[in-house]
Amino acid sequence: MLKSKIKMLQLAVTLLACAFLFVPIVLSVMAGLTVNYFQGISSGLTLKWVFQVWDLYAGSIFLSMWLAVACLFCTLIIGLPAAYGLARHPGWMSRLLEEFISLPLAIPGLALALALLQLYGSMKGFRASWTFILVGHVLYTLPFMVRSILAVLASMDLKTLEEGAASLGASPWQRFRDIVVPNAMPGILAGALTVVTLSIGEFNLTWMLHTPYLKTLPVGLADSYASMRLEIASAYTLVFFILIVPLLMAMQWASARAQRITQ
Amino acid sequence: MTNRTFVMACLTPLFIFSLLFLALPLGRLFLASGEGDAGWAVYLDIVRKPRYLNTLVLTVLVSLATTIAALVVSTTAGMFLVRNRFWGRGTVLSVLTLPLAFPGVVIGFLIILLGGRQGLVNQLTPGHVVFAYSAIGLFLGYLYFSIPRVLLTVMAAAEKLDPALEEAARTMGASPYRVVMDVIIPGLMPSLVASGAIAFATAMGAFGTAFTLATNIDVIPMVIYTEFTLSANIAMASALSIVLGIITWILLLIARSLSGSTVAGGG
Repeated sequence: MLKSKIKMLQLAVTLLACAFLFVPIVLSVMAGLTVNYFQGISSGLTLKWVFQVWDLYAGSIFLSMWLAVACLFCTLIIGLPAAYGLARHPGWMSRLLEEFISLPLAIPGLALALALLQLYGSMKGFRASWTFILVGHVLYTLPFMVRSILAVLASMDLKTLEEGAASLGASPWQRFRDIVVPNAMPGILAGALTVVTLSIGEFNLTWMLHTPYLKTLPVGLADSYASMRLEIASAYTLVFFILIVPLLMAMQWASARAQRITQ
Repeated sequence: MTNRTFVMACLTPLFIFSLLFLALPLGRLFLASGEGDAGWAVYLDIVRKPRYLNTLVLTVLVSLATTIAALVVSTTAGMFLVRNRFWGRGTVLSVLTLPLAFPGVVIGFLIILLGGRQGLVNQLTPGHVVFAYSAIGLFLGYLYFSIPRVLLTVMAAAEKLDPALEEAARTMGASPYRVVMDVIIPGLMPSLVASGAIAFATAMGAFGTAFTLATNIDVIPMVIYTEFTLSANIAMASALSIVLGIITWILLLIARSLSGSTVAGGG
């Protein structure tokens, strides 16, 4: 009897938490699709606001997608060889380097943006171009890519595999391409999805680094929350959800898969 | 090319990137904090001037409240989800982890939809109930993004708890309360401390949520932002950034040493 009471209490807390997280999402979707939110659903459903968002903010949506792809490219180019290097060369130097590049996970994005602005803000060409935002995104997502690949590489016997290939005459580059990359694939996939998801949603750094001509999706969202009517802000949020939720689910699936491999 | 040079070559791009865009900018930030009128005493000003001290205290209090609430809610829900299999469990779990990748601004907006002027609570209740722009709104916003983070860490630890220990405690006559206090909580302790540190650090540094909600109250990230953009007090903005960065970094270091790895998806 007592036990079932406790169970009911646990269930209530769980459902309450679900409601707290989910009800506002439902409200936002509804507000983005109703003619007049203040009058309620009875005023009718419409896609008018979504089309208006497209007219107003399509540029910011495409900029975010482009940044996410560019960011993925950069984190792969830098992160994949680095994860291999860290896995092959364990020791305090590697630990230190890994710890150092993980700083952007711990330091708030605002502080990092301030640091970047003070060092590179006077370089006008760089400051005003999209590559400046890209640097911020790479800085923030790189540790996720490196750690994701490193976790998979660290769980297998890389040394033995490579020695086998080397005794058959494979060069370091061949071994990297034919042994390391295929084996690291689950980690690369999980890292890649994490990088894209985080890059599309990044706000804290981007808000400081962006210029009026370069607005990303989350920057546009903040803009619409401050200056647009509630329906447009909600419709824009809805567009964001449609973009981010499938990515998030794919990311969680890939991360769970990679984690199973490392255990 | 020998093995060693190949491995070193692999690390070079990372080394150059983090030197140019992490080490040097952070060094510049630190130097800039001492270049104001007050010199290095700017760090003393944080605790000397009421405006900064009050903000710091408020930020710590809201973050602390968030941490405690998130721990209570997520541990209860997490234990329930680990120990029970039921229809719809997957859906519940998806809903509870959905906000992991939401930016702070979006979470701020969701809180406005709950407690703003046109919010749900204001529409359902008689009278004028608007809490989104106060410390309560901020607390709820922080709680919103903390629940999923804490939940994932606690659930990972709860799955490793041995149910036989609770069974044994119960057969020896322990009350449910004693089982929770003497068996479950101690078993979960490392992950509770770790996820608490994560929640606290994220709340301290949260900018997006504060940006949409904190129109009436000041928290540290908002002060950094206004000092930098409105007052052009670059030294104070830098000093506060450094202090905030050190606090969150130490907390996450503690979290990582206790739980092995932190949950992906910060910010």
